[in-house]
Amino acid sequence: MNIDHLVKMANEIGSFFVTANDEDTAAQLIADHLKRFWDPRMRKQVVAHLSQGGAGFTPAVAKAIAKLG
Amino acid sequence: MYSIDHTDHGTPVSTDPLQVTVHIDGVAVSVPQGTSVMRAAALAGERIPKLCATDSLKAFGSCRLCLVEIEGRKGYPASCTTEVADGMKIRTQSDKLAQLRKGVMELYVSDHPLDCDTCPANNHCELQDMAEVVGVKSTPYGATGATARPRPADTSNPYFKFDPDLCIVCSRCVRACDETQGTFALTIEGRGFESKVAASQNDSFLDSECVSCGACVEACPTAALTEKSLIALGSPTRSVTTTCAYCGVGCSLTAEVKDDTVVRMVPNRHGQANHGHACVKGRFAWGYATHADRIRSPMIRSRITDPWTQVSWDEALAYAASEFKRIQADHGRDAVGGITSSRCTNEETFLVQKLVRAAFGNNNVDTCARVCHSPTGFGLKSTLGESAGTQEFDSVMHADVILLIGANVTEGHPVFGSQMKRRLREGAKLIVVDPRAIDIVRTPHIEAECHLQLRPGTNVALVNALAHVVVTEGLARTNYIAERCEAASFAQWQAFVAEPRNSPEATEAITGVPADIVRRASRLYARAGNGAIYYGLGVTEHSQGTTMVMGIANLAMATGNLGRPGVGVNPLRGQNNVQGSCDMGSFPHEFSGYRHVGDDSVRGLFESMWGVHLQNEPGLRIPNMFEAALDGSFKGLYIQGEDIAQSDPNTQHVTAALAAMECIVIQDLFLNETAKYAHVFLPGSSFLEKDGTFTNAERRISRVRKVMEPLAGLADWEVTVALAQKLGFSMSYSHPSEIMDEIARLTPTFAGVSYDKLEHLGSIQWPCNDAAPEGTPTMHVDHFVRGKGRFYVTEYVPTDERVNARFPLILTTGRVLTQYNVGAQTRRTANVVWHPEDRLEIHPHDAEERGIRDADWVGVASRAGDTVLRAEVTTRVQPGVVYTTFHFPESGANVVTTDNSDWATNCPEYKVTAVQVVRVTQPANWQLRHREAAAQQLRIRRNPDATTS
Repeated sequence: MNIDHLVKMANEIGSFFVTANDEDTAAQLIADHLKRFWDPRMRKQVVAHLSQGGAGFTPAVAKAIAKLG
Repeated sequence: MYSIDHTDHGTPVSTDPLQVTVHIDGVAVSVPQGTSVMRAAALAGERIPKLCATDSLKAFGSCRLCLVEIEGRKGYPASCTTEVADGMKIRTQSDKLAQLRKGVMELYVSDHPLDCDTCPANNHCELQDMAEVVGVKSTPYGATGATARPRPADTSNPYFKFDPDLCIVCSRCVRACDETQGTFALTIEGRGFESKVAASQNDSFLDSECVSCGACVEACPTAALTEKSLIALGSPTRSVTTTCAYCGVGCSLTAEVKDDTVVRMVPNRHGQANHGHACVKGRFAWGYATHADRIRSPMIRSRITDPWTQVSWDEALAYAASEFKRIQADHGRDAVGGITSSRCTNEETFLVQKLVRAAFGNNNVDTCARVCHSPTGFGLKSTLGESAGTQEFDSVMHADVILLIGANVTEGHPVFGSQMKRRLREGAKLIVVDPRAIDIVRTPHIEAECHLQLRPGTNVALVNALAHVVVTEGLARTNYIAERCEAASFAQWQAFVAEPRNSPEATEAITGVPADIVRRASRLYARAGNGAIYYGLGVTEHSQGTTMVMGIANLAMATGNLGRPGVGVNPLRGQNNVQGSCDMGSFPHEFSGYRHVGDDSVRGLFESMWGVHLQNEPGLRIPNMFEAALDGSFKGLYIQGEDIAQSDPNTQHVTAALAAMECIVIQDLFLNETAKYAHVFLPGSSFLEKDGTFTNAERRISRVRKVMEPLAGLADWEVTVALAQKLGFSMSYSHPSEIMDEIARLTPTFAGVSYDKLEHLGSIQWPCNDAAPEGTPTMHVDHFVRGKGRFYVTEYVPTDERVNARFPLILTTGRVLTQYNVGAQTRRTANVVWHPEDRLEIHPHDAEERGIRDADWVGVASRAGDTVLRAEVTTRVQPGVVYTTFHFPESGANVVTTDNSDWATNCPEYKVTAVQVVRVTQPANWQLRHREAAAQQLRIRRNPDATTS
């Protein structure tokens, strides 16, 4: 899938959770959301993207995706 | 003429709990206080002659035919306008009454033709019946009335005819337009013999304000207002009660049938969602079911550029199954999926998701709710604990203040819109939050207290401002919150919304709504007594759709407006079975009853019932399916009753994805836009051709009953069963009731639902189980479904879709009364008379700047694409905002909309697209390509031997 779209979608999820939580808590909530609602092939792609540097991810999202790997 | 199976009681039912006993012709009868003498007599089995009375309208007392004698009272009071009193002794028959009634009837007949044998209302005409009852066969006055000088009939409305010569000026049509519909389009003009029904300022019905709901036609006691279908086909001989297949109101309708042909559709006066009302779509626009465009034979082709080949059901299903199996063998189990339909029944939807999960072996199933109300499910589940609206429609009659957000209720949900207007005429206050000046902002006898005409895309900033006022002005219901909500989440939310940056003054620059209006609206809602929120797609179809739903729930919890009649959070669902399709487990991450596929105990229940191993990971959503198709990991799709090539955003992206797949199976009534990319076409069945249930916006499960046999031989549920068999997964049902039994066994909120109970109760609002054996009209009564209500911080995050010099206007989209969704049904009816094309609404200021005049062709360009529409210059939209509908494929409204979507659910951001609009002289390139593709499809269909070269 288009990695730019996945990065954008992940960051939008992140933008909801970071507003009311510290970064660690937000990262956990983002990771939970991705586990509950994202197809595994999408999760694999963002995990792979993170392993290649994770360009575009916000800090909380990068932390969340690290929890998926 | 009311339904052939309706027994009229003359005046409306009284709901007064106090019973009084009266004696009617010596028979004692007990009725609620407030009941009319006429109704009490009807309940006692005594039919008092009447003409101007009908039980859907308030008593009027004009015809003077229903006179009675009451012991101890002078004269001969009209029984319709006289209420019963305890101990009252009433006489309905006497020589004097007979004489009076005969005299009245002779006057009526003096101005009415007596050629009953050729009249379409013959044997169903109340004047004819009453004349016989009172013994009048002719008139001593001769044919000297206005009918002696025949007047032309008004045949302008495509569905009904008005013949003034048959009118007895009883005013039932005028009162139906006022009381039932709330449009006030009709009046009686003239005096004496010249009196006649007039529409608007003596216009034709078509040119008047009439919205063609048909309430006047049903109320007419003669054939003055008659359905053209009744005139053409003659009297129906049987009736079948079923449920409308249009919007989420889910009106109960009675199909009146002659042989196997529907003669007319009449709203069911016992219908619990609609109480005997309908709209121009439900009552009249059912002709699509037998339209010549219906595909009646299965078809297959190996490539989408090939002509279709008609084949047997067996061959088509075998081909589809073999293709899905081949794709899974070549590309993996997860390379195929399915889309369930909000236009199909609960049972059919349940079977499609079952097929995907059990026969395909994955969770790649989704539904069109993805593109409309998926944020509702997510937002309400998170805050309140259940993915559904909290009230029944009748709750609105107890509301003191109605906060209507992003819902054009009189166009999108017209029958509920009429009920809301009725409550507003009774005195409830209205707050409208909408970028456009929708009709209900100012309509006869109604004017919104506040119209918060915000900029599209700024909902969350506005709801935060409303909440700011509640919190900072001491309007929060602290006891309610302390008792029913999570203290920590409330404290966090309270601190957030109280921040000065969320004040109406600070957010005015974002929303464009003056701070004083926001403050006034917030105070009005918070102090309402009963404050009720109704909302539509103007809330959900945004990048922050879910956040806004949460914001709405926050506001309702903070003001204590949940858990009793008259309040609540009420999503107005777009399609007839959107609620049901979600309930049935159509989303890729959850089973029926909104339970996650990762829940081992729930999944175990389904595995045990279905006898297969099920995946525990979520599957692809519709937009993910497109992305996966383009990257080559998703190759096959079974689509029941959806037209994603027209309804989903960024058409070029969607069609590129569809073109990249190897097997698309379409099950539909018509060769729709998506069918251009299909390899197998399975003919669908309309709501008239099958049994099942729909669930409306108030969680009301209602029966759909077969009126005629499926035109292609199989109902949709039978097709899915047969496809599953070909895939090697056995489904065995002899009737949809057995599917509902399975749903009930697997779904706690449906545990008490059965066809027998639906037959007994008429309809059921889920949850229906041991705790609520007859259903649940109001949710969250003593506590929220999730336990304590949860507040969420709803930070406003502007959409990425920004205006700039290149795209300076915001396009927002919606619907009109006479058309429905992608228009597949309504475009194939006479409703095109009112809305023959989609137009672009543009403010006079923006139009003038661009040299655009009304009806000019204009190009609409966005970052996603461009199309051409005709302009409608109107102040309904504000400067900087343009608006269009998406009912016609050639309009290409979704060629322009973008891939932006809600953060939580991927619901597309249809409501905000930055565009430029310019005057043009020719169609867009996309439209030229679309015309050629449409012509090619037509050639292929009309000539199966045609080649595409």
